[in-house]
Amino acid sequence: MTAAVSFQRVRKCYGDLCALKEITLEIPQGSFFGLLGHNGAGKSTMINAMAGLVNLTHGCIEVLGHDVVREYRHTRRLLGVVPQELIDEPFFSVRELLRIQSGYFGLRGRAQAAWIDELLERLALTDKADVKTHQLSGGMKRRVLIAMALVHHPKVLVLDEPTAGVDVGLRQSLWAFAQELHAQGMTIVLTTHYLQEAEALCDRIAIIDHGELLTVASKEELLAAHPWRYIELETNEVAELCSELSARLEQRQGDLLRFRVERDVPMADFLDWVQRSHLDVKDLRSQRASLEQVFLSLTQETHT
Amino acid sequence: MNWAGTWTLLYKEVRRFWSVFIQTVLAPVVTTLLYLLIFGHLLDEGGVQFDNLDYGTFLIPGLVMLTLMQNAFSNSSSSLIQSKMHGNLTFILLSPLSPLEIYLAFVAAAIVRGLVVGLGVFVVGWLGYDLYWQSLAWVLVFAVLSAAVMGGLGLLAGILSDKYDHLAAFQNFVVVPLTFLAGVFYSIHSLPPLWQQLSQFNPFFYMVDGFRYGFFLHSDVSVWTSLAVTLSFLLVVSAINLYLLVRGVKIKN
Repeated sequence: MTAAVSFQRVRKCYGDLCALKEITLEIPQGSFFGLLGHNGAGKSTMINAMAGLVNLTHGCIEVLGHDVVREYRHTRRLLGVVPQELIDEPFFSVRELLRIQSGYFGLRGRAQAAWIDELLERLALTDKADVKTHQLSGGMKRRVLIAMALVHHPKVLVLDEPTAGVDVGLRQSLWAFAQELHAQGMTIVLTTHYLQEAEALCDRIAIIDHGELLTVASKEELLAAHPWRYIELETNEVAELCSELSARLEQRQGDLLRFRVERDVPMADFLDWVQRSHLDVKDLRSQRASLEQVFLSLTQETHT
Repeated sequence: MNWAGTWTLLYKEVRRFWSVFIQTVLAPVVTTLLYLLIFGHLLDEGGVQFDNLDYGTFLIPGLVMLTLMQNAFSNSSSSLIQSKMHGNLTFILLSPLSPLEIYLAFVAAAIVRGLVVGLGVFVVGWLGYDLYWQSLAWVLVFAVLSAAVMGGLGLLAGILSDKYDHLAAFQNFVVVPLTFLAGVFYSIHSLPPLWQQLSQFNPFFYMVDGFRYGFFLHSDVSVWTSLAVTLSFLLVVSAINLYLLVRGVKIKN
C-alpha cells in the first residue's frame, strides 16, 4: 500500500546548519503516527516540508504517492496541517475564514456549508462563529486552526503540538475528536511534548534528534526493545545497599528507592540483592518502561 | 487554473480593504481633496496654466493617478506584510493556489482599490471643476495598467520586507518620490532641460502622462510610448514577483 507520507533522503540545511539530515521515513496509511523530538530536533521542519513550506536542500517527499513540490495542488488537497504557531486574522470572523479557506479549494455550496457547521459544532466553536479570531482565547484559536485544516476533507491530518497551552478538558475533547477521525480512516501525524498522550494515542512512533531519525517502530516494538525495567521500593529505613543495588539506584527520595534494572535480570536475583542489603520493604512496584523513558534514553544516548 | 480559488483570494483581499473603508478609501480621497483645494485654487487664482488648461483642470487627472497609484501599492504591500506578521499567509500557502494565481488575485484586488479611490477623487474634483474626458478607453487602460504595476510593486515590497519599517522605507524613499516627480502636479515641459531628461527615466511619469492623454488628448510624450513603457514595466514587475513566489523567497523557509 502507498505510504500516507514518504520522506526519501530528505535534507534541509541553512548554510552549515542542517535541520534535517538525510531523513528517510514512511508513515503508513491509516496510522496514528507520533513524531517525537526535543525542541529544535527538526519536527516542525519536517511538517513544514510535508506541506511544501520548505525548500528542501535534497531529497523528496510524497503524500499518498504525489510529490509535494511537483504535484503541490494535489498534495495540498490531501493534507491538512495544523501549524504550531497561533495565527490571527483580524479582518474576518471564524465562519468567514472557513468559507474563504474552502473557496481556495473550490469548495462551495450547501454541502460545504453543512460541513463547516459540523466542524464548528464538533470543535465547540458554534457560539464563536461570528467572532473575529483576535477576540478568541488561545485554546479557541487552536480549535479554529484545526477546523481550517479539516475544511477541505484531507486524507492526512498533521497536528503540530496541537495541545500546547490547551486546558485538560479541551485537550481530552480534541483527542476524542482526533481518535474519531482516525477511526474513520484518516491518517494522523502528531507532534507533542506530552509523551503520555503520544503513548496513549499513537500506534507508530518516530524519534528524531538534531535532524536525524533515531528510530521508527510500532509503539509496542519500541517499548519492548527498551532494555530496562523500573522497580520502586518503599522501605522503613534505608540501610547500606549492596553493590548490585547501588549500581542500579536511579533515584532516592527519603524512604523511596527507584532502581533501573536490566530486563534480563530475574526478579529473584533482584529480591536476593534486597535481602542482602537488609532492606525492610513495605512495598514494591515493578513497571515496564514508559514512552517517556524510552524517548529520554534514546535521545540521551546520542548526546553521550 | 484554479479560478474558484483565485476568485476567493481576490474576494478576500477586496473584503479586507473594504472592511476598513474609512482608512483605505475615504481618508485618501479627503487628503487628495485638500491638495486640490490648496494647490488648485491658489494656483488658479494666480493664473497658472498648463497646456492652455486651468491649473485645477490639469491637476485633477494627476491627483486621481497619484491616489490610484499609492493606494494600489498600499493594498498589496500592507496585505502581504500583515499576513506575514499575523502568520495567516500560511493559510494561502497551504492552499492549492499557484504562484500565478496568488499574484493575479493580489494585483486584481490592488486594481479594484486603486480604481475605487481614484474614482472617489475624480467625483470630488468633478463637483468643483468642469471635467471631461476625450477618450475613456485611454483613461481606463492607463488606470488599470498603472494600478496593476503598483499592485505588483506593492506585492514585491511586501514579499521582500521583513517588518513594517522595511515597507515604510520602500514606500517613502521609492514610491512617494517617484509618484511626486512623475508630472502629477506639472507638465515636464515646465522643468529645466536636465530634469526633463531625468523625468523620462521615471516609469511612473509615463503612467501619469498616458492617463492625462485620455482626458485632454494631449501629452508630454506619445501615448504609444507611454503604453509601451507601462506594459514593459508591468511585465518586469510581474516576472520578478512570479520568480520570488515560485522560489518562495522570504515566504518559505
